[in-house]
Amino acid sequence: MRPVVWKLISVIAAVAVVGVLIGLYVSKLSTDAGSPSYTLPVQTKGGHPVVNLTLETVAAVGPTLSPGHPDYVSYLVRDTKGAWRRSTVWRLPANATVHVTIYNFDGASGLRNPLFARPQGVDGNAMVVDGKRLTVLNPADASHTFAVAQYGLVVPIAPVPDDAKHPCDYGPCSLSSDHRTIQFTFHTGAKGHYRWQCLVPCAAGWIDGFGGPMQTIGYMDGFLDVV
Amino acid sequence: MAVAPTAGREPNHGRRIIVAWVVASLIATPLVAIFVGPLFPPGNASEQGAQQVSDNTWMVSVLTPVICLLIVFFAYALAQFRHTGGALTDGPPLRNDNRIQLLWIAGSAVIVLFFAGFGTYELLQNGAGGGQGPGPIAVPKGDKLQVQVIGQQWAFTYRYPSYGGLETSQLILPADTLIELHVTSLDVIHSFWAYELGIKADANPGVDNIAFLKTKGARSFHIHCAELCGLWHGYMFETGRVVPDSQFTAWIKQQQQNFAPVAKYLPRYAPTYYPDPQRRAG
Repeated sequence: MRPVVWKLISVIAAVAVVGVLIGLYVSKLSTDAGSPSYTLPVQTKGGHPVVNLTLETVAAVGPTLSPGHPDYVSYLVRDTKGAWRRSTVWRLPANATVHVTIYNFDGASGLRNPLFARPQGVDGNAMVVDGKRLTVLNPADASHTFAVAQYGLVVPIAPVPDDAKHPCDYGPCSLSSDHRTIQFTFHTGAKGHYRWQCLVPCAAGWIDGFGGPMQTIGYMDGFLDVV
Repeated sequence: MAVAPTAGREPNHGRRIIVAWVVASLIATPLVAIFVGPLFPPGNASEQGAQQVSDNTWMVSVLTPVICLLIVFFAYALAQFRHTGGALTDGPPLRNDNRIQLLWIAGSAVIVLFFAGFGTYELLQNGAGGGQGPGPIAVPKGDKLQVQVIGQQWAFTYRYPSYGGLETSQLILPADTLIELHVTSLDVIHSFWAYELGIKADANPGVDNIAFLKTKGARSFHIHCAELCGLWHGYMFETGRVVPDSQFTAWIKQQQQNFAPVAKYLPRYAPTYYPDPQRRAG
C-alpha cells in the first residue's frame, strides 16, 4: 500500500481513538464522577420489592466526606451499617416501592418557583414532616427539594430554624443536632437511568445559588439507576 | 487533461452537459418534491410544523437542479476528460467567458432573492414557529389560548392565565387551537423547543418571548431545552400532549384541584418574573 494511504489510515485511527477516549471521559463525568454508585438493600413484601432510602441534607459536607469541597451543601445516604456516604447515584430495583426518610440539618433558602412547594409524584401527593402530614410547604421556607423530573416527583424539604440551638456545622451530622424529618413514598417504574436534583438555589456563594454543588454530581444532584 | 488533437473533431461538451442536466433535473426534481419532501422535519403536527415541511420541500426542490448540474458536470468531466495514458501535457489555456459568469451570477441572484422574498412572506404569515420577542410582528388572526412557558434549571413549567394563572409541570394543549406562547426564564437562558410542533423560542430571564402555534389533531410531542443551560441541560426534556377539547377541560380541572394547596403562594400572572436571589445565594 502507498505511504500516503498508510498516513491517512493512521490519522483516521488516531482521531477515532481520541474521539472514543473523549466520549468515555464525558460519559464517566456525566454519570458518576465523584459519586460512586450505591446499591440499596432490597426487602420483599408479598413478592413486591421494597426499599428504605435514608438520606440527610447538610449545609456543609465537611472535610471527612469531601476534602476538596468541605463547604459544599450536600445530600448523604446512609448505608446498611448506619454510616453516611457521599453518594448520589443509587441503584434501585424496577417497579419497587421506595420509602424515603430525609433528615435535614440545613436552614431555609427558599424556592425560586413556588410551584415546587407542592409535593408531587409521591403517594397521596403529600409528605410527613416531623410526624405531620403536609400537602404544601411555604416556598420561602424550603431548604432543599428532592426532585426526579422523569417521575414528575418533587418534594420540598422543611428547614431547621435560623435560631436552632444545636445546629450541625459539618456533615455527617448526628441526629442529636437540630434537624427536621421528612418522609414520603414513591414508586420506581421501568428500568432506566433517572436523574434527580435539588431545585432550591441553595449553593451558598455561587451566582444565583446554582453553581458549585448544584452543578456537580455527588452533592445536590445524582441518578437513580433503576435495574 | 486529454483533448482531441483537432478542434474540428471536438464534440460540443457544453450542449451534452446541458442536455444531461435538463434530463436529470426533470427526473430528480419531481421525485424529490413528491417523495422526499414529506419526510422532512418537523412533521405535520401543527400549522407551523407543516409550513416548515413545505418550506424545506421548496428549498430542496429549487436546489435539486443546482445539485444535478454539479453532479452531471463532475461525472461528465471524470468520464470525458480523464487522462488515459501517455505523457501528461498541459491542456488548452482557459479563457474567461463573460456569458457563463453573467449567467451564473444572475442565476444565483434569482435563487437567493426568491428565497429571501419567499422566506419573508412565510415568516409574516404566522411567525413560522419562532419566538418574536415581546412585540411580535406576525400575529395570526383569531382567538388565542395564552400559555406561558417558564424555564428554570432544569425544568419547564407552564401557566395558563385564562384559567386563574394555573401553573403545572406538564404541557397539555387543546387540539385545533391557536396558541399564544409566552416564553420566559427564572434564571439563565434556556430555549423552549417543541420539536414536532415546529416551535422554538429562547427563554431569557426578564424577557417575554412570544411565539404562535396552531395545533392540529391529538398527539404527543417532545420538548427539549435547546440552549446549553448547565449540568442537566441534556436531561431537560419531557413529553407534551395535544388532546381533544373535552379532555383538555377535564385536565385543567384536575390540575386546578391538584395544585390548589400551592395556588396562594404563586405570584400573580405576569409576562416575566424576577425572583429574589434567595438568602444565602450569591
